[in-house]
Amino acid sequence: MSADGKKLNADAPLLEVENLHVEFDTYGGTVEAVRGVDITVEQGQTLAIVGESGCGKSVTVQSIMGLIPMPPGRITAGSARLRGHEVLGRNRIDGKEIRGREIGMIFQDPMTSLNPTMSIGAQIAEPLQVHRGYSATDAFAEAVRLLEMSKIPEAAKRARQYPFEFSGGMLQRAMIAMAISCKPSILIADEPTTALDVTIQAQILDLMQALQKETGMAIILITHDLGVVARMADEVAVMYAGRVVEHGSADDVFYRSAHPYTVGLKEAMPTNDPALQHELKPIEGSPPDLFAPPRGCGYCARCPHAMQVCDVQPPSDHFLHDHHFSRCWLHHEQAPIKPETIYFKDAKA
Amino acid sequence: MSTLVEAKELTRFFDMGRDQRVHAVEKVSLTIGEKEIVGLVGESGSGKSTFGKTLLGLHDKTSGDVVYRGEVLPSKYSPADFQRLAAKMQMIFQDPYSSLNPRMTVGEIIGEGLRLHSAASIESVKEQVAEWLRKVGLQPDHMSRYPHEFSGGQRQRIGIARALILEPEFVVCDEPISALDVSVQAQVINLLGELKERMGLTLLFIAHDLSMVRYVSDRMAVMYLGSLVELGKADEVYFDPQHPYTEILVGSNPEPDPNLERSRPSTAIQGEIPSPVNVPAGCRFANRCPKAMDVCRNTTPELIALEDADRLVACHLYS
Repeated sequence: MSADGKKLNADAPLLEVENLHVEFDTYGGTVEAVRGVDITVEQGQTLAIVGESGCGKSVTVQSIMGLIPMPPGRITAGSARLRGHEVLGRNRIDGKEIRGREIGMIFQDPMTSLNPTMSIGAQIAEPLQVHRGYSATDAFAEAVRLLEMSKIPEAAKRARQYPFEFSGGMLQRAMIAMAISCKPSILIADEPTTALDVTIQAQILDLMQALQKETGMAIILITHDLGVVARMADEVAVMYAGRVVEHGSADDVFYRSAHPYTVGLKEAMPTNDPALQHELKPIEGSPPDLFAPPRGCGYCARCPHAMQVCDVQPPSDHFLHDHHFSRCWLHHEQAPIKPETIYFKDAKA
Repeated sequence: MSTLVEAKELTRFFDMGRDQRVHAVEKVSLTIGEKEIVGLVGESGSGKSTFGKTLLGLHDKTSGDVVYRGEVLPSKYSPADFQRLAAKMQMIFQDPYSSLNPRMTVGEIIGEGLRLHSAASIESVKEQVAEWLRKVGLQPDHMSRYPHEFSGGQRQRIGIARALILEPEFVVCDEPISALDVSVQAQVINLLGELKERMGLTLLFIAHDLSMVRYVSDRMAVMYLGSLVELGKADEVYFDPQHPYTEILVGSNPEPDPNLERSRPSTAIQGEIPSPVNVPAGCRFANRCPKAMDVCRNTTPELIALEDADRLVACHLYS
């Protein structure tokens, strides 16, 4: 984060996104999809980005990957540095391509993300040929090995099959095999299990964790499911209306939530902990229209603790400690209520 | 509690050409008491939605019966049957985008049931639609708008108003919240709960979100590949599952609690739900079950009551 000035490359985090702004031109006007996002990802760690549809979580990672169509999209400000090298607007750093080589990505819907006219093995082999200069035969052999690594039974036979012959869970495994084929330092998973059943979801999450342990890659996991976050994340960034509203370790965000939106999300979900039984408390209203984003805090209109200042001025980062920040006026010393009072009272530390 | 709806060995097969038969729902027996909420869970392809639709007559029954207030309903509905039963049994659909006709206004969509099933005048239909729009948290002047002008959560409210305006006794909710964001899910669940209290509804709540089903339901039923494997009080089934499949399902459900997630072992099972085409004999879960015995592969287990009659399990471990 910018608080302590520019850091040297040596101790810079693996990926550091600072003050990212992304807009899209549409017939209805300009949508400010991402309005100043800061995130950091460390080697071997999993960062979960949580938020509702339209909060800008996918656009954030697509900007890093260079997947924003321009036009209509536009990155208006900000930077994203991989090991200290700027990646926004570039295809390669240090002579290596970013997309596919340095950062691998898997998508929500494996059915529509794979080419239906290419065999699974050939699709996995393609990045190896493009990025690492493998011959076609070597690449295919490596593809079979990667499918085995992704726990696909009878990998040699399966590699010659086409996407329609695979189930959803199997396709997601194949996508993971493809994403990790060039040994990326970061794997971005955009809602990787949303389309899958819980039993298959558990298999895929186990696989991602096992591969992370084996390769030491970092994972950026985009999801709206707090259960998946709890299971996978070391760090959590909660996004709302194009901004990160809270960022911290999983324990900080779950047990010491410091933003009313994070608290609202938790209270809107049923828990199965008998000690924490509560009535479902929905967050009333709906997210703001990003064609005309609110001047102040984006959550202001739905926040039960909103004050006058929230409506006119966006809150700045408030650091609860080194790695835990919240963007909320309640942390200001003149706030009438202390944020501690809106935490879960019986939260377990 | 008196029984409102009862499925007796309800079966629905789909024929797909030569010798291909999808065993979507096979011999599922389930009683639903008056003013009760029964949750139905299972993986995709387990037959939950087919069961719900067959119960309402939207699919013809291959065999078995549905008994509603003591009356055995026909296995294939005639238009007159639909006319008679639609006012008593309704359905809320999963996808709020494809289940509303884009060429009808919201007022026409919600009021259609009243126009078809009651002798209400145009003015009184309009009045009731306005009242229902208020009840589900929308504005009466939304009546003249079209579905595309609404968000997912708002559309789901329109679907709820359409289903409930005839004041049915029994409503099948087929994944009413799975297309919605977390904060909006709670809005819809609370709305359903409120309306249930006010109207004395009986609900079959189909979903794959186990935590939500446990929260909402009185009893929980678990389906696997077309058959019912476990049934009991929702909390008991969730916290003390008896069938190996239920155990795995509950164990795979991630909880929003990092400490718990770190401490509990992974229960991911190998393999996937097999195809329901031409299902072999024996327990349908046998090939994935960590506790499978020889008998499981040959004999289909019956649904039997455990120590208390509240809990039914179809597993050879208990016979």
